[in-house]
Amino acid sequence: MIRFSVNGQQQELDLETDMPLLWALRDGIGLTGTKYGCGQALCGACTVLVDGQPTRSCQIRLLDVAGRQITTIEGASGKVAEAVQQAWTRLDVPQCGYCQSGQVLAAISLLTENRRPTDADIDAALSGNLCRCATYARIRAAVHEAARALA
Amino acid sequence: MIPRFLADRALKDPVASRRGFLLGAAAVTGGLMIGFAPRTAKAQARAGQNPFAGYIRIGTDNTVTIFSAHMDMGQGIYHGIATLVNEELMADWAQIRVEGGWGNPGLYGNVGWGGAVQGTGGSTGTPSSYDRYRRAGAAARLMLVQAAAQEWNVPAAEIEVEKGMLRHKARYMSFGNVVARAAALPVPQDVPLKKPEDWIYIGKDRQILRKYDSLAKSTGRQNFTIDIRLPGLLTAVMIHPPRFGAKVRAVDATRAKAMRGVVDVVQVPRGVAVVADNMWRALKAREAVTVDWDESGAETRSTTEIMAGYHALAKQPGKAVATDTGNVGSAFASAAKVLEATFEFPYLAHAALEPMNAIARIENGRVEVWGGHQMPDVYQAIAAGIAGVTPDKVTLHVMKTGGGFGRRAVIDGDVIAEAVSVSKAIGGRPVRVQWTREDDMRAGRYRPAYVHYLKAGLDAAGNVVGWQNHIVGQSIVSGTPFEAGMVKNGVDVTSVEGASELPYAFPNMRVELTTTTTGVPVLWWRAVGSTHTAYAVETFIDELAVAAGKDPVAFRLDLLKDHPRHAAVLKLAAEKAGWDQPLPPGRFRGVALAESFDTIVAEIAEISVEGNQPKVHRVTCAVDCGIAVNPDNVRAQMEGGIGFGLGAILKSRITLDQGRVVEGNFDGYEVLRLDEMPAVDVHILPSTEAPTGVGEPGVPPIGPAVANAYFAATKRRIRALPFNRPENS
Ligand code: FES
Ligand code: FES
Repeated sequence: MIRFSVNGQQQELDLETDMPLLWALRDGIGLTGTKYGCGQALCGACTVLVDGQPTRSCQIRLLDVAGRQITTIEGASGKVAEAVQQAWTRLDVPQCGYCQSGQVLAAISLLTENRRPTDADIDAALSGNLCRCATYARIRAAVHEAARALA
Repeated sequence: MIPRFLADRALKDPVASRRGFLLGAAAVTGGLMIGFAPRTAKAQARAGQNPFAGYIRIGTDNTVTIFSAHMDMGQGIYHGIATLVNEELMADWAQIRVEGGWGNPGLYGNVGWGGAVQGTGGSTGTPSSYDRYRRAGAAARLMLVQAAAQEWNVPAAEIEVEKGMLRHKARYMSFGNVVARAAALPVPQDVPLKKPEDWIYIGKDRQILRKYDSLAKSTGRQNFTIDIRLPGLLTAVMIHPPRFGAKVRAVDATRAKAMRGVVDVVQVPRGVAVVADNMWRALKAREAVTVDWDESGAETRSTTEIMAGYHALAKQPGKAVATDTGNVGSAFASAAKVLEATFEFPYLAHAALEPMNAIARIENGRVEVWGGHQMPDVYQAIAAGIAGVTPDKVTLHVMKTGGGFGRRAVIDGDVIAEAVSVSKAIGGRPVRVQWTREDDMRAGRYRPAYVHYLKAGLDAAGNVVGWQNHIVGQSIVSGTPFEAGMVKNGVDVTSVEGASELPYAFPNMRVELTTTTTGVPVLWWRAVGSTHTAYAVETFIDELAVAAGKDPVAFRLDLLKDHPRHAAVLKLAAEKAGWDQPLPPGRFRGVALAESFDTIVAEIAEISVEGNQPKVHRVTCAVDCGIAVNPDNVRAQMEGGIGFGLGAILKSRITLDQGRVVEGNFDGYEVLRLDEMPAVDVHILPSTEAPTGVGEPGVPPIGPAVANAYFAATKRRIRALPFNRPENS
């Protein structure tokens, strides 16, 4: 039995301890906003926040999240999250949308740490999040727009 | 993806392709359905497959549901079709929902392909929808107005419609109030459409009609096939042949079957499926299965070997002739200068971010399939065939997909067939077949690899006197039902599009094709033939301009005298990019122009060189797509096409080592990342022409534009893609 918190709710899962958090979230808890794209920490689609840090949920085992606080896209809230999601919507960033849970969480985490990110900061924080629709130019613009809204 | 060549060929359906087709209407539970009754008996019989098919359903609750004939993989066609409908219907934008239509080719047949089959591809979504969805919207509005006129007992002409409300002087009524009455009225057949100058949505910018799914997609609430939850839904992962063409000889699943959560391990025509109660358990169990493969019929060559064969063939005369005007032989003989170049293009994976998947359930003789149904009629037939039922027993759930780029327009319905086969093998239980990234990358369907051999002659004044291109590679449509319509005189049009007909005035031109056969399964990949033809043509034109001592833009403009639209696009891009302005030190520009799917795009890339690779800073794009229904979506598709194409030419390739696909994930198969994305400015030419598609045409020019800029910077021509392959450094 592994216990941890997801979006503020205590979870107790009777699942294999080597199961990646990604599949526990999706198949165990039914939170499907976190996406599978590569399973190898190569695409960022599965990004969640573990104790506030952006983490590839496909590469962290249940064992390693025991007792920790997980935030998934479904639980993204607060000023920064609102600013990011508003900017994403205002600029119509998503195309297919599949990568965007991960992009949005990565952006939230960047802006939480750094309210005035430069292009280089954005490159460093988000280049691990692939978007096959190549919405990158709008992602960049939306991060800047969210930063302005938060200023 | 599927080009428009199906028009005027075997699949032509006179009903759906007729402009003034007959609309029908019906009262349905909770409202009015427009687009209900196809005209012919044949179409009606087919219509039986989905009794709920229509274009627009207006509910008593005011909800307007639009059924899209095209699936949405991120290209934004749902938004486009909703815009077309609402320009005429004038519902409140917030009332509108869009769902995927299916099961009625009489209504949904792709006009751009001739009308008989429903499908998405070839950038036909907007042109195919432009007329019929506006008409459906207008018919619905007329009926609602007529019903309101009866209800209020006033002349219809005095009723106005705005944001889902019907108004007569100070009185208002919502659509929902009159749909029941409207549904009983005859459907107007002569439906006048608004004049373009009266449009308030079409051609306007995003502030007016917000893309209704952006919020769901920014908050994790958009459901894809991978997210569907059903009672008792199982997950299956596949074991595919390690080499294309290998067959299962024997399976040992004893260990796997004893593992926690494993339901069954079953053999299906496309491989072996490991079925479990969740994905992780299915994956773990898969490792415990051993399959003995019969590889006697398998492809065992490496790509180096395949490509060496292509290079040898390219220097021989082609097996088929796609274009032959004038006499290139004598043109070359009399030319002052003759240039030659050989290009090599690798296999490419689509690598959409949502790996391939589908869900099937068979219950009481009925089949349900959830998936990215890009060719619904075909998949309905495939599912019916596997389950042993008639197609009318198959219900499709058309899902939005996490990308596609052509991969889901697959004629054998690969993953869909797997899902139905697996469900059948486990007693009809609901099951999702979910490919891993490695499955997705290694199970095939690639942009074919090609070699092009080009030769051109210039006279002493620098005019092009002859142009020859020999293309060597696999046919996408050979062996499929599309072959009859798309292979002419031995030429698969998808192999030569973008090469066989050029806007440039070449007095002597010859394009040859040698179609090869390998065991590697191939498919259309965003922009299809033009993904390679535009690169070869536009970099070679650049070489000719340099050899002629002329500016690349001016050189092209001279050759575009008979193609004013192309010339206008090129001029606009040049002007916006400041082509005549000097660049800061270390920056270089390259230009390319390509028409694909009737849309003309010019791109100018501004680069520097880092290490020995181009770093693209800025791309200026000009596009003529006729009327831009949603200008911001046109921009988005150009941006996306540029990023997609750029990643491919810089870094992507699929290779085979003795028949096995080497690349399995995004470490080996590299794609564009955020820090490599240039700033993109898109300029849309104002137009009154009917709209053409934009999902693909942004892709072809980016590769040659970057390559031409790279030449300006380094004096090196990159002729084997991708840029980062070791031979190029
Ligand atoms: S699925 Fe975890 S990084 Fe790609
Ligand atoms: S929006 Fe499609 S992968 Fe990013």
